[in-house]
Amino acid sequence: MRDTFVKTLVELAKENKNIELVTGDLGFGVLKPYWEAVPNQFTNAGIAEQNMTALAAGMALEGKNVFTYSIGNFPTLRCVEQIRNDCCYHNANVKIVCVGGGFVYGSLGMSHHATEDIAIMRALPNMVVLAPGDLTEAEAATKAIAEYNGTCYLRLGRGGEKRIHEKIDNFQIGKAIKVKDGAKVAIFSTGAIFEEVDEAVELLKEKGIDPEVYTFPTVKPIDRKVILDSAEKFDLITTVEEHNVVGGFGSAVAEVMAENPQNAKLLKIGLEDTYSSKVGSQKYLRSQFGIDAKGIANKILEKI
Amino acid sequence: MNSQQLAWKIRRHGIEMTHLSGGSHIGAILSVADIMAVLYADVLKIDPKNPKSPDRDRFILSKGHAGASVYAALAESGFFPVEELKTHYQNGSRLSGHVSHHLPGVDLSTGSLGHGLSVGTGMAYALKKDGKENRVFVVLGDGECNEGSVWEAALFANHFRLNNLIAVVDHNRMQSLDYNENTLEIENFASKWKAFGWNAIEIDGNNHEELKKAFESAKTEKDKPTVIIANTTKGKGISFMESDILWHYRFPHEGWEYDTAVTELHKIKPEGVEDIYTPNGIENPNLNTELDGSDHTMTETWKPDFLQTPRRVNTLSDVEKVKEGK
Repeated sequence: MRDTFVKTLVELAKENKNIELVTGDLGFGVLKPYWEAVPNQFTNAGIAEQNMTALAAGMALEGKNVFTYSIGNFPTLRCVEQIRNDCCYHNANVKIVCVGGGFVYGSLGMSHHATEDIAIMRALPNMVVLAPGDLTEAEAATKAIAEYNGTCYLRLGRGGEKRIHEKIDNFQIGKAIKVKDGAKVAIFSTGAIFEEVDEAVELLKEKGIDPEVYTFPTVKPIDRKVILDSAEKFDLITTVEEHNVVGGFGSAVAEVMAENPQNAKLLKIGLEDTYSSKVGSQKYLRSQFGIDAKGIANKILEKI
Repeated sequence: MNSQQLAWKIRRHGIEMTHLSGGSHIGAILSVADIMAVLYADVLKIDPKNPKSPDRDRFILSKGHAGASVYAALAESGFFPVEELKTHYQNGSRLSGHVSHHLPGVDLSTGSLGHGLSVGTGMAYALKKDGKENRVFVVLGDGECNEGSVWEAALFANHFRLNNLIAVVDHNRMQSLDYNENTLEIENFASKWKAFGWNAIEIDGNNHEELKKAFESAKTEKDKPTVIIANTTKGKGISFMESDILWHYRFPHEGWEYDTAVTELHKIKPEGVEDIYTPNGIENPNLNTELDGSDHTMTETWKPDFLQTPRRVNTLSDVEKVKEGK
């Protein structure tokens, strides 16, 4: 997903000389294709995320289309006030890119787990929040935010994610994407955990459940129509995110459902308001916290 | 309007605005008034008729709590009606206590310290990338330089040779609770900036000739960003506010505080300046300065045990005291 983002941004930056990429001294090997292709549109701001982010706002106020890049919580939580005051409040054309949403850097420890970022970014007015679910969504999301004039947060996985959508017609910020039709249960997924949802659906089918599946590459603004239509049509809506259940994607869906009570009940799957002190790969940590395919399927089976 | 006249106006507006609103930070407004006046009267290339002109110099008041000073400078420079200054802090006003960009002539909203130099650095960097010659000016507080992000920006601006960036530090030696020296030592201040690769100029920041000379000399810098360490007096111009930490937050109340402040300003009013609030000064002013100990207008009466002078922490002797059980 990371490489897809870089490849897409290289293509965009070659066409649009206003695009600038500013990294917080991360992207060894990964950003090389970018700085080789468009060296004049690349800056390493050093290990100084507060300055990187406010600097990006300053550049954007001068007309640049600036992407800031780092991993985990560094481009977001480390400099959240610069995002709020300098970027969002001024509607600055800054795109904050995080590689490693969720447990991507599982073995590196708690400091590198980005598990509250969606909640915190989503709470900021003037902020658009995207978490693509596969390589196809990552490419489309990168193009969409490059077009968009304002502050965005793009939460990426790292690599290896499957290409689940063959192609996406008419990708739009704020629109969910239907992956498959189904009955009784709808699953909404955001971000790279989509691969677990995809497997969970197969497990559910074995148990006679055939859920409808949507990905939500945009968490903010949330696709209210899909939520409300689904709430009417299905018995259970399940949200899945590699993120705390407090304030994140599930909460965004809950907000819409609570204000418009209909048929469906809600099941939020994510981290249950906890940090991980366990060590292991992304896959391992997902299973430990019950957000792997099996855990997702079991939780849905328990709820229906 | 020359810089002396503008500085006086900024001070007079500052007194009125904080008096009317009960707003804080008059000490900072008075200390930075001369820097602002020289910038707006003599240095900044700006056009009130075209506040967003791409050809303008960029200006950021990073110490956003001195917002009244930039509002006064902008109003007196024709960016919006002077009359609007009276709405400072009021319901429905455009003039928030800290600087707001929802006002013509303001490039950046500030108020949280340690943002302005980074944003200014981004502007200067982008302007350079586009081959433009406009300059970016950022005014910071010395207390603000406690913020680590200031030094992140300082590293970046030097590394990218942003000689189109001019920072001015309003070095009044006091911050929110106390002297810099009693909070986090920042001396030798200019050496710190020099060590970060900056062209550092130390001047008397309440002296207009020195300010003008410093800004002029920054123009000739070929390589480095420039910082002007403007040594100022907090509360400059009003005797009982000068270098008294109480006036970081206190506002001039009705009675002798307001009357004395206005009367003192009238004594130093430059030729050709009109005071729109009290054109002839205050008739029969209340200048009562006989403090009876219950008065809260000076730190020494408000908190008599308050340390009135900068001091250095002496770790060694403190450790010895702990060892000795003191």
